[in-house]
Amino acid sequence: MKAYNLTHLKELEAEAIFILREVAAQFENPALLFSGGKDSIVVSHLARKAFFPAKLPFPLVHIDTGHNFPETISFRDSYIEKIGAELIVGSVQKSIDEGKATEEKGYSASRNALQTVTLLDTIEEYKFDACIGGARRDEEKARAKERFFSHRDEFGQWDPKNQRPELWNLFNGRKNYGENFRVFPISNWTEMDIWQYILMENIDLPSLYFAHERPVFMRDGVIMATCDYIPLKPEEKTQTMVVRFRTIGDMTCTGANLSTAASLEAIIEEVSASRVTERGTRSDDKRSESSMEDRKKAGYF
Amino acid sequence: MKKGYLDMELLRFTTAGSVDDGKSTLIGRLLYDSKSIFEDQYAAIEETSKRRGDENINLALLTDGLKAEREQGITIDVAYRYFATPKRKFIIADTPGHIQYTRNMVTGASTANVALVLVDARKGVLEQTHRHTFIASLLGIPHIVFCINKMDLVDYSEDRFYEIQEEVEAFASKLDVQDIRFIPISALKGDNVVTKSDNMPWYGGETLLYLLETIHIGSDHNHIDCRFPVQFVIRPHSDQYHDYRGYAGRIAGGIWKPGDEVMVLPSGFSSKIKSIDTFEGPQQEVFAPMSVTITLNDEIDISRGDMLVRANNQPSVGQDIDLMICWFTDKKLVANGKYAIRHTTNEARCIIKNILYKVDINSLHRIEDDKSIGMNDIARVSIRTTKPLFFDRYKRNRITGSVILIDEGTNETVAAGMIL
Repeated sequence: MKAYNLTHLKELEAEAIFILREVAAQFENPALLFSGGKDSIVVSHLARKAFFPAKLPFPLVHIDTGHNFPETISFRDSYIEKIGAELIVGSVQKSIDEGKATEEKGYSASRNALQTVTLLDTIEEYKFDACIGGARRDEEKARAKERFFSHRDEFGQWDPKNQRPELWNLFNGRKNYGENFRVFPISNWTEMDIWQYILMENIDLPSLYFAHERPVFMRDGVIMATCDYIPLKPEEKTQTMVVRFRTIGDMTCTGANLSTAASLEAIIEEVSASRVTERGTRSDDKRSESSMEDRKKAGYF
Repeated sequence: MKKGYLDMELLRFTTAGSVDDGKSTLIGRLLYDSKSIFEDQYAAIEETSKRRGDENINLALLTDGLKAEREQGITIDVAYRYFATPKRKFIIADTPGHIQYTRNMVTGASTANVALVLVDARKGVLEQTHRHTFIASLLGIPHIVFCINKMDLVDYSEDRFYEIQEEVEAFASKLDVQDIRFIPISALKGDNVVTKSDNMPWYGGETLLYLLETIHIGSDHNHIDCRFPVQFVIRPHSDQYHDYRGYAGRIAGGIWKPGDEVMVLPSGFSSKIKSIDTFEGPQQEVFAPMSVTITLNDEIDISRGDMLVRANNQPSVGQDIDLMICWFTDKKLVANGKYAIRHTTNEARCIIKNILYKVDINSLHRIEDDKSIGMNDIARVSIRTTKPLFFDRYKRNRITGSVILIDEGTNETVAAGMIL
């Protein structure tokens, strides 16, 4: 007798596809937030599956800080071309030029927080009523409380204490005019699930995830890529190391890991042996204990 | 590659109990012993514990993600935690145990395969044990595991363990529960959590982790009654797929194959399955809970909210429905009030025709003289919907037997309902 069981990756996939279809059915003008990182690549892969043989029924939106790794941008452009999707770019530089956002100053200046301004403006400009994101609950403690369908008020804010209960697979996407939703189809995936799925599905990734030689410098115990966007302190020296990136944000807030893992199998081996979370190298989370919660309340990804 | 990772099953469980029962300690131990707590997470809670002057490292800080929760030392919301062993991946819906948070327990329980109910061996069965067991049975969780915790504080007494087991069994016999297990543990000392305890040689059963890794969950989905709620209609409008019309959805029950005769509700038209499509290619056999796209031989007008079924095994079709509901909001249920209702992919409006009784979830008594239904109350009601729904009893199918009610003014989800 045959067992009618799904493996856990297939069950997570079925759940994510259900959520993506629910977005297309419940909202008039959704968008998929695409950063060029592995999580948003997996979400867009799932979206291709959800609507096959039709194309994606929503555009990809990239909030570009202007400080991205060049590898991320070239991957983005070839990926968009390959899957035949529409791309909308929201530019943080433009928000700064228009005086809507103010550039941080100093050695650790980052445009990470400014992304929220550009994101909310882009949502308003295109009148998106649902933005699909690749956030996972295992990433960060504030995200562990996030819903699949996360309601945002007319200011784009998240109210964690007043979230709608989510039961079975009944999702309530009703909203008033001007409000919108963030939707997280891979909420239940862990970092390990993501890598295993990428291997199983043979999904292309930016080369940054694989070990390579790169000019880097050390700051606060974190290996940072040397680039035009980060001024070096006098005592900081550039050197060449073999590294890879475990997560990809923009160049000013993403640290590298010393690693020789050059294949998916080697990365999975490394992740399963790792004793530090992937966001351990993200300086944007380290600003305070509740920095993610504070940013999310304000409308961050 | 981590061995067997591609063959692992997914098990969702809820944990119920208050902080005093050692629930956080138990979760902390499962995460810690399965190496799912990372050094930077551990360092962060170690630092916070120190700053707050806690004597030991407070593992509850791991699950309490919101600022308000950390400040007040309570869990407000369902927190989801993940860990894996070589056999299974686990999703823990960790729900607060206080009475005012019934709604969170209901939420966490709605998708769980297993409920862990913690009982303090010193205190024995309390009102909240009744409450947790009742909610687990109401939400149809197939397996309930009673963890009799703090056995170290009752000298690992066999008599005490069986005394509590008898008390639980007496209570549970009044409920509709399929499978009950009992394990004597000490979350703090680690007895029978991951490794077998030397302190309780009289216990011949499994450890908690072994139970979670092996408990049979293959029958938790309905593979008998064919139910396919249409979620979205896929029409590519491309040259290659010019006339393609696929019905996308997640299978809610049954096993489906190309060539099967199907009936469409509500129209009643019949057709045959032409193909079952996925990105990977056409499938020969699919089942719950897969997400697929079905095409039919005949052109029939089908849209979201319709359901494909078998002519010889149809769900109930009707507008008058009896429900057990759990109420989620401060604003009380309005008798004769109108609400939006969601059921599978269908949406309608409904009126609360009758409130039959409220349940005292501690004693299980029916309260018929007080029909005011407020936050966290559980009640039996009958409703009438504006259009027919296609449903099964919740006990038969958790997907086609569940609904939510939505306040049309605030858009809030105000109740969860299980069809009787």
